Amino acid sequence: MDITINKQLVQKDIKKEEQFTPVFKINNLNLWYGQDHALKDIKFDIPEKQVTAIIGPSGCGKSTFIKTLNRMVEMIPIVRMSGEIVYREKNIFDPKYGVEELRTQVGMVFQKPNPFPKSIYDNVAYGPRIHGIKNKKVLDEVVEKSLRGAAIWDEVKDRLNENAYGLSGGQQQRLCIARCLAIEPDVILMDEPTSALDPISTLKVEELVQELKKDYSIVIVTHNMQQAARISDRTAFFLNGEVVEYTDTSTLFSNPSDKRTEDYITGRFG
Amino acid sequence: MSRDKTNQKSIRSMIQENKSSRSQSAVMEKVVPKIFLICAIISIFTTLGIVFTLLTETFTFFNRVSIVEFFTNTRWFPFTADKNADYGILALVMGTLTVTAIAMVVAIPVGLAAAIYLSEYASAKTRKLIKPILEVLAGIPTIVYGFFALTFVTPLLDSIIPGGISIFNALSPGIVVGIMIIPMIASLSEDAMNAVPNSMREGAMALGATRFEVAMKVVLPAALSGVMASFVLGISRAIGETMIVTIAGGSRPTADINVTESIQTMTAYIVQVSQGDTGYGTTIYYSIYAVGMTLFVFTLIMNLLAQFISRKFREEY
Amino acid sequence: MSLINKESVKKRMGSRVAANGFAKFLFILATSFSLIVLGVLIYRILVDGLPYLSLDFITNFASRMPERAGIWAALLGTIWIMAVTAPVSFILGVGTAIYLEEYAKKNAFTKFVQVNIANLAGVPSIVFGLLGLTIFVRLAGLGSSVLAGGLTMSLLILPVIVVASQEAIRTVPKEIREASFGMGATKWQTIRRIVFPAALPGILTGTILALSRAVGETAPLLVLGALAYVAFVPENLFSQFTVLPIQLYNWTSRPQEDFHMLAASGIIILMIILLIMNSIAVYIRNKFHKRF
Repeated sequence: MDITINKQLVQKDIKKEEQFTPVFKINNLNLWYGQDHALKDIKFDIPEKQVTAIIGPSGCGKSTFIKTLNRMVEMIPIVRMSGEIVYREKNIFDPKYGVEELRTQVGMVFQKPNPFPKSIYDNVAYGPRIHGIKNKKVLDEVVEKSLRGAAIWDEVKDRLNENAYGLSGGQQQRLCIARCLAIEPDVILMDEPTSALDPISTLKVEELVQELKKDYSIVIVTHNMQQAARISDRTAFFLNGEVVEYTDTSTLFSNPSDKRTEDYITGRFG
Repeated sequence: MSRDKTNQKSIRSMIQENKSSRSQSAVMEKVVPKIFLICAIISIFTTLGIVFTLLTETFTFFNRVSIVEFFTNTRWFPFTADKNADYGILALVMGTLTVTAIAMVVAIPVGLAAAIYLSEYASAKTRKLIKPILEVLAGIPTIVYGFFALTFVTPLLDSIIPGGISIFNALSPGIVVGIMIIPMIASLSEDAMNAVPNSMREGAMALGATRFEVAMKVVLPAALSGVMASFVLGISRAIGETMIVTIAGGSRPTADINVTESIQTMTAYIVQVSQGDTGYGTTIYYSIYAVGMTLFVFTLIMNLLAQFISRKFREEY
Repeated sequence: MSLINKESVKKRMGSRVAANGFAKFLFILATSFSLIVLGVLIYRILVDGLPYLSLDFITNFASRMPERAGIWAALLGTIWIMAVTAPVSFILGVGTAIYLEEYAKKNAFTKFVQVNIANLAGVPSIVFGLLGLTIFVRLAGLGSSVLAGGLTMSLLILPVIVVASQEAIRTVPKEIREASFGMGATKWQTIRRIVFPAALPGILTGTILALSRAVGETAPLLVLGALAYVAFVPENLFSQFTVLPIQLYNWTSRPQEDFHMLAASGIIILMIILLIMNSIAVYIRNKFHKRF
């Protein structure tokens, strides 16, 4: 009996997955920090122009996972990986695929707001500039559009030349989102982007994420289940480096198929 | 919105177009670290250059003067006819060690006391006032200290010491070298004492110990390796100090030390030769490298000793 | 019966507190000693030096007559030496620091470079003079020129600049490097546009302090064969030269009282130059202190 239900669910899952165009296909991804097996046989697809939330207790590998998608995880010297991540038909671990090119397409917003110690303008113009755009008029346009896109234009338009460190934490995080938008990425990765913010700033960022998914595919790691439920279309539940369950958000929260997912979302651990 | 869309396309495509310039930047990525590596290697070449220079010229010197004489003769009289010349490094080494000893007699107690005061007694406000003054003292050029030794300390000593003192002597530059080193010992020792965790102090204070007892019985023993290392570094500085001893110490090398009389240190001898009209290629010319080599070995041993002390006896809290 | 005799503890307490008070007095005395010496030193130099201090003193050349002697040649010599030392030591020092902090792998070679720099910092300055005399003056055939002097000084202060730059680079937080890499920036782009500008105040403070040390250095340049009596200003990198401290040494080592007063006047000028340099360094340090 149990088995049939599971089968049905699996079939339902497959049906759903057929409906979307995947932007990332992750196949048998394994990752080790030295001896520590941090990600185990991860296998799922991430949809285009939707919000995919990654949830799970601390230490479950969710932050590590999102950092594999733009290969930021390689900055830690003791990391080893196997398996493949296919982004738009290309394996990102292919030596011919430059890591800079990948990160130009796959932008990232970090846990703690991390603006550069430069002016607000220079922060946003940083990406276009390093990618060779020097035309002042184009840069002006990009800066305005990105700041509007990140819903912070009205707050900063009169002080674009002031240092970004003068902004509040919430403003800094939206500036970081604007900075990310400035190079028009395809995907935006967000690693617990609201964990350092107050509730009002968090709300603003959440609204922004809803807005951004019209144009961008978004992967968001969050320790906050309500946040995942509020803003995401699909949710993956990570536990001890494995994907326990991955399905559309409403199903995962209302009708989880795995006992461990149910225990987690009902607050029995984590 | 449609304008936005076209714009969006254009930024992304502009970045794509610029990919062609990527090959250029890829070259930079390869070349730049190599340039910086060369910078780092220059520091190694500097050391190699010092060792190579000193060794080869010292070797030439020992072709002319026996190495046995260099180490056993107690007289240093190079400025006479070649066969009468004496090259006994001991006379210069004694001059250097005398000045160093006097300097440490001044610098160690005063520097350590200042460090204890700053770390254990002084309020944050007092510390903020005194530390910059010590920094100023540490930043004064040695030529100024030399001037001070000759024109102030020597006359002062002459009036204090019964029987007077020569215009050039070991005592005055020794004291002034010590004064020069005080800030260094004070600041390094204070760093070591500051690293002692407050919980250790509080533990002793709670038992009713006075600040003095805490400083002497708890903090100083715990910070001993850092304090000792600062002394050794101070000795190294004193050995290598040049201008103060050149100006106020005189130029009479002797192994028979009287602190009120003129002496000559290794460094002062090198300056004396460079200032004279000794030709390139003479034995005297090469002698400054042999003296320099001796000086280098002395300071190197002191520096390695300081590193050894602070590593071997690193405090573990 | 109690193990501790409360009465005797109480009695001893008085002498312990007294010992503490006496020790504190001695410590304060020792600390004030440095301050008093500094005060006396400055007072003496002002008393001796102010009478000769005038505009003519700055713009005149050295002379055998004290009332006509000045520091013009020495002042310009110092500026010439700094014009060589500042860029050379800055480029080499910052380059080494960037290599060690950003590019070097943690291996034996890197450790060797690091230990070597620490040891180089402890080599007496006069030994650098011997190095310069052999390598730059003789082997490279530069003679006792501005270039030879400037290069020797660069090597002398190199370790100080490397260590200060390394410390400055280390204060740049990992997070903003990640932000840059996350946008597809290359390593060099990140260093040039993010790390270096962020570390620059610290690097500049360290460099200016190191240069101020070079301004006051006498011994290495004496050994190199810098002239003590110069009545001309350097015209190019290959000119002979003197510097301020050497001019002061020359005056100090003469027996006549008048020349000692000239030396004191020159010391005032030298100390003013150092004071200005140090103030700039402190200003930069305070202005950009703790931004992260």
